[in-house]
Amino acid sequence: MRHLLSITDLDRSDIERICDRARSFEEVSHREIKKVPALRGRTVLNLFYEASTRTRSSFELAAKRLSADVVNFSASGSSVEKGESLKDTVLTLNAHKPDAIVIRTPWAGAAELVSTWTPAAIVNAGDGKHEHPTQALLDVHTLRERLGGVDGLNIWIVGDVLHSRVARSNIMAFQKMGAKVTVAGPPMLIPRGIEALGCEVRFTLDDLPEADVVYALRMQNERMNDSFVPSIREYARWYQVNGRRLGPEQVLMHPGPVNRGVELSAEVVDSPQAVITAQVAAGIVVRMAVLYEVLAHTPTEAGQPSAPAKVTA
Amino acid sequence: MAAPPLVHGPSTPADLLIREAHVLDPRAGLDGPADVLIRDGAIAEIGAPGALEGARNGVAETVEAAGRHLFPAFVDPHVHLRTPGQEHKEDLETGTRAAAAGGFCAVIAMPNTDPIVDSAPILRSLRDAAARDARIPVGFTAAITRGLHGSELTEMAELREEGAAAFTDDGRPVASAGIFRKALQYQRLCGGVLALHEEDPTLSGKGAMHEGTISAQLGVAGIPSISEAVMIARDAMLAGYEDGRIHIQHLSAIESVQAIADAKERGVRITGEASPHHLCLTHEAVRTLDTRMKMNPPLREERDRQALIDGLRSGVIDCIATDHAPHARDEKEVPFEQAPMGTTGLETSFAAVYTELVRPGILSLDLVVRRLSDGAALFDLPTPRIAPGEPANLTLVDLERTWVVGDGGYASRSANCCFDGRTLHGKVLLTVAAGAVAFRAHSEVPA
Repeated sequence: MRHLLSITDLDRSDIERICDRARSFEEVSHREIKKVPALRGRTVLNLFYEASTRTRSSFELAAKRLSADVVNFSASGSSVEKGESLKDTVLTLNAHKPDAIVIRTPWAGAAELVSTWTPAAIVNAGDGKHEHPTQALLDVHTLRERLGGVDGLNIWIVGDVLHSRVARSNIMAFQKMGAKVTVAGPPMLIPRGIEALGCEVRFTLDDLPEADVVYALRMQNERMNDSFVPSIREYARWYQVNGRRLGPEQVLMHPGPVNRGVELSAEVVDSPQAVITAQVAAGIVVRMAVLYEVLAHTPTEAGQPSAPAKVTA
Repeated sequence: MAAPPLVHGPSTPADLLIREAHVLDPRAGLDGPADVLIRDGAIAEIGAPGALEGARNGVAETVEAAGRHLFPAFVDPHVHLRTPGQEHKEDLETGTRAAAAGGFCAVIAMPNTDPIVDSAPILRSLRDAAARDARIPVGFTAAITRGLHGSELTEMAELREEGAAAFTDDGRPVASAGIFRKALQYQRLCGGVLALHEEDPTLSGKGAMHEGTISAQLGVAGIPSISEAVMIARDAMLAGYEDGRIHIQHLSAIESVQAIADAKERGVRITGEASPHHLCLTHEAVRTLDTRMKMNPPLREERDRQALIDGLRSGVIDCIATDHAPHARDEKEVPFEQAPMGTTGLETSFAAVYTELVRPGILSLDLVVRRLSDGAALFDLPTPRIAPGEPANLTLVDLERTWVVGDGGYASRSANCCFDGRTLHGKVLLTVAAGAVAFRAHSEVPA
């Protein structure tokens, strides 16, 4: 795998391979010295055009546990604020000879576009409202570890699907792994035409009990400014996943950060059904597996990456 | 006394004999091989093929055109020439060169330049520049509202006197119904069609492509088709009430075609245009987020495209217009959502429509040739005609010739063409505009 740009580029076996490798990296996280030399001497550049602490530090830790050198480059306080174009920024950063660029931007398709401007491997850490493929992979990993697999599961994704790159990547990834996906939320926050991705659409949580897994999306306060919802209070009343709506056998997921009292009630966040912290932990090992995959994609033996393919800019 | 709407740079009247081309001018009833003699920039004589052999020695140039087609040249009522202020994208010289290369003998430029054409001095200086630089006649529209802000009318009467070909806030709708009604009322004094870019800004929002299954998958904000149709319906009602004359620009949606058909049925003086890209492409082309496919209105669905084709055929849609919108390379080499809207179109207009719609038998060549110049009358300009005594406005086309769009570059300063890389049929070999040779493919028609 040369880049990780979109879940659409992966088939089921790719997802399984990445998750299997993530599992093999679990052990590293429990060592006293949490490091393997797999990517020693490689440079991973985090290029973030959006504020992000969690995803960026997850990638940073993942790269460091594989012994890669990590450089963080964020848009604020940099040449980007001085008006430099994305292309010029990437051409400039190419001079640092990164082996991989982990990129997050507010623009759909930007990661793929960047992949045409650099010889580095590109990992999409979120492109606008389009995709967030490592989130989907870590969610699949979490479900495999918790439930043994994803096949045949009934997964409901609840909330602001319109503005969610997590929703789009997860709809595709869960389906590729054999799950049936339903999206549910206020009609204004369910994009017209989303059923073309193969999911079902509901506008109430009446049938939520049929779900094996409930995946709540983050509801941003500012959405009420554009009348996407009349009020957060009304949103919570109809769409909050709480103790009344969540059954004891259902698994609860959330990409974080949680707005307690909005999309999730405090009781369910702290309930045994919630795997939210397991998702965060999975983030590190899955991102290790992804970095390993794109930088050491034809390994001769475990931990011994072969040279990445030569590409001209 | 109003200034004439069209201006062009210095040119030399042609003396030309075009022999044995298949002359097709549906309005003049011509459809067959003929010789056409042009003297001093006017059509002097049309004769049977070979009949004007005797004139050969009397003219400066003879073009052997057997097997080629000679059409009345095209008129585009909707182009962006970017002068003044955005000459890094296009200017009067490169824009009219691109038009001539596409077979056009006249174009009408939009006023959303920098500064905006919203006062007589700006219009005057622009017309002066065109009198130096324009390779073919250009008409300039003026804004309906100052600064295109939609709040105050421009001095439309004075602008008309200075030669404004029409009025438009193109690029934006006149969002206020009250202001638009006043423009319709004032039209009684100043004349000139009101050309309308129709969308409801509150429905379009921050949309960057058609709202549908593909925008849902890409997570790109969508522009719903009804954003266009609801404004057309509103403005058609206002135009009917004030007995105004309106022209709807760049139609994109099935609901819009229906809204125009309904208004025409009620007797409203409304006309419409469709662009080659909306006639040939759908939102499927946007799936890869290629910024050349980003335009406003956006490429929509197959049913919308079919409605546009049907409308063009039935006459609900009156003409083809390119909305030629050049942008510099670096402006389009950005993520899709950041890219400016627009595609170039002058050089590919005929070939795209001919390849996608005429060759497969969807539209007749007759109809397409007519619709490519039917815009002239809607903007009060003379319609090109192949008839003795008429000024020579014609284009010679090789319908069998294929070419790859963009191979060998563009006459336009910009390369943001949505047909880039496609193989098209139909190559313009020669264009005569206002009596002068404005374009020739030198390999075919050496000077």
